[in-house]
Amino acid sequence: MQSNRTLEIGTGLFVLLGFAALLFLTTQLPASGVKFGGQKAGYHVTAEFDNIGDLKVGSPVTMSGVRVGEVSSIHFDSKVYKAVVSMRIDPRYNEIPEDSFASIQTEGLLGGKYVGISPGGLDTYLKDGGHIELTQSALVLESLINKFFAAFASKTSDSQTEPKK
Amino acid sequence: MNSRRPGTYLLSGVRRLGSVTIFLVQLLIQCVPALGRPRLLVMQIYNAGARSLIIIMLSGLFVGMVLGLQGYDLLRRFGSEEALGTAAALGLLRELAPVITALLFAGRAGTALASEIGLMRATDQLTAMEVMAVDPLRYVAAPRFLGGVIAMPLLAAIFSVIGLYGAQLVGVQMMGVDRGVFWSQTQGSVDLHDVNEGLVKSLVFGIACSLIAVHEGYHAEPTAEGVGLATTRTVVASSVITLLLDYVITAAFL
Repeated sequence: MQSNRTLEIGTGLFVLLGFAALLFLTTQLPASGVKFGGQKAGYHVTAEFDNIGDLKVGSPVTMSGVRVGEVSSIHFDSKVYKAVVSMRIDPRYNEIPEDSFASIQTEGLLGGKYVGISPGGLDTYLKDGGHIELTQSALVLESLINKFFAAFASKTSDSQTEPKK
Repeated sequence: MNSRRPGTYLLSGVRRLGSVTIFLVQLLIQCVPALGRPRLLVMQIYNAGARSLIIIMLSGLFVGMVLGLQGYDLLRRFGSEEALGTAAALGLLRELAPVITALLFAGRAGTALASEIGLMRATDQLTAMEVMAVDPLRYVAAPRFLGGVIAMPLLAAIFSVIGLYGAQLVGVQMMGVDRGVFWSQTQGSVDLHDVNEGLVKSLVFGIACSLIAVHEGYHAEPTAEGVGLATTRTVVASSVITLLLDYVITAAFL
C-alpha cells in the first residue's frame, strides 16, 4: 500500500501543479484575465488626462525619476470626456503639494509610459482620495510627426512662392 | 538491409512511417478501453509526468534566467528594458516551453518507455500476454501513450511559469527593471492566443514523442542490442520530429 500512496500523492501533486500553471497562464498573464491579489499599502490620488497613450495599470508613478507609486486603475469619465487615472502612492511620500503637476512620459524610445509628478509650491499636501488638477497628456509620436510634416510642407510651399515676389 | 542503394533507404523509411501510422491507429482504438483502467493510466502519468517534474522545473528556471540576462542585455541597447517581460513571456509560452519540454521528455520519459517496453519484448512478456489472450496494446502500450500525452501539456505549462519566474528574478531583482512595468508590459502583450499556441504545440509534441517511444519499444529487436537501438532511435526521432513539427505549427499559427 505504501507505494500506492506515493504514486497517488505524486500524481496528484503533478496534476495539481500542472493545472495551477495553466490557470496562471490563462487568467493572470493576459490583461483580459481576472486578477487576484490583495490591496497594497498607500494612498490613492486621481488625475484626469486628455490622452493617456498606452499607459497601463501597474505603470510607475515617479517624482524626479524616483518611483513613488504605481497606476492602480484607469477608466474613462463619460461626463468630462477624459481618462481618469488613479494612482497608488507609497505612504513614505506623503508630502506631495496639492498643486503638483502630473504628466505622462515615455521611458526610452520604445519603452512604456509612466506618470511623472513635478511638485508645486503649496503647503497643503495630497491626501487619500486627492485630485491632481494640472495634467499634461501623453506625447503621441504619430501626431507629433504629423504636425512636423504639416509644418514642413507649408514651409517648403512658402519658399517656393517666395522668389516670385 | 545490407544493400546500400538509396532506394532501399527510401523504402525502409516509408515502411517505418507506415508502421508508425498503423500503430497510431491501433493505439487510438485501444485508448478508449484504456481509459476504463484509471489505475494503469495514473501509474503512467506518474512515470511520465511526476517523475519528470524536477528536471523540468530546474531547466525551466535556468532557461528563464538566461532569457532574462540575454534579453536584458539585448533590449538595453535599444533603451527598452521594459520589454523584457514581453520578450520572456512570449518566447517561453510560444517556443521554448513546448520545445524544451518535449526534448527533455524524450530524454527522460521517452527512453524509459522505449527501454521498458523493449525489454518486455525481449523477455517475451508481450508474447506471453498474447498467449493468455491479453492484448498488450491495450494494457501496456495504450496507457503509456495516454500518460505521455496527458503529461506533456502540464509539464510545458509548469515550465512556462517557472521560466517566467526565472526571467523576473534576473530582470527585476538583479537588473533593476521596474516590477510593475515588467508585469504590465507582459500582461499587455500576451494574448490567450499565445497560450493556446503553446498548448497545441505541447499536445502535438506529447502525441509525437509518446508514439515514437512506445512504437520503438514495441517493435524493438528482442535482443539487448535491439533494446539499446530502440532507445537511441527514440531520442533521435523524437527530437527531430519535435523541431520539424514546431516549424509547421508555428507557421500555421502566425
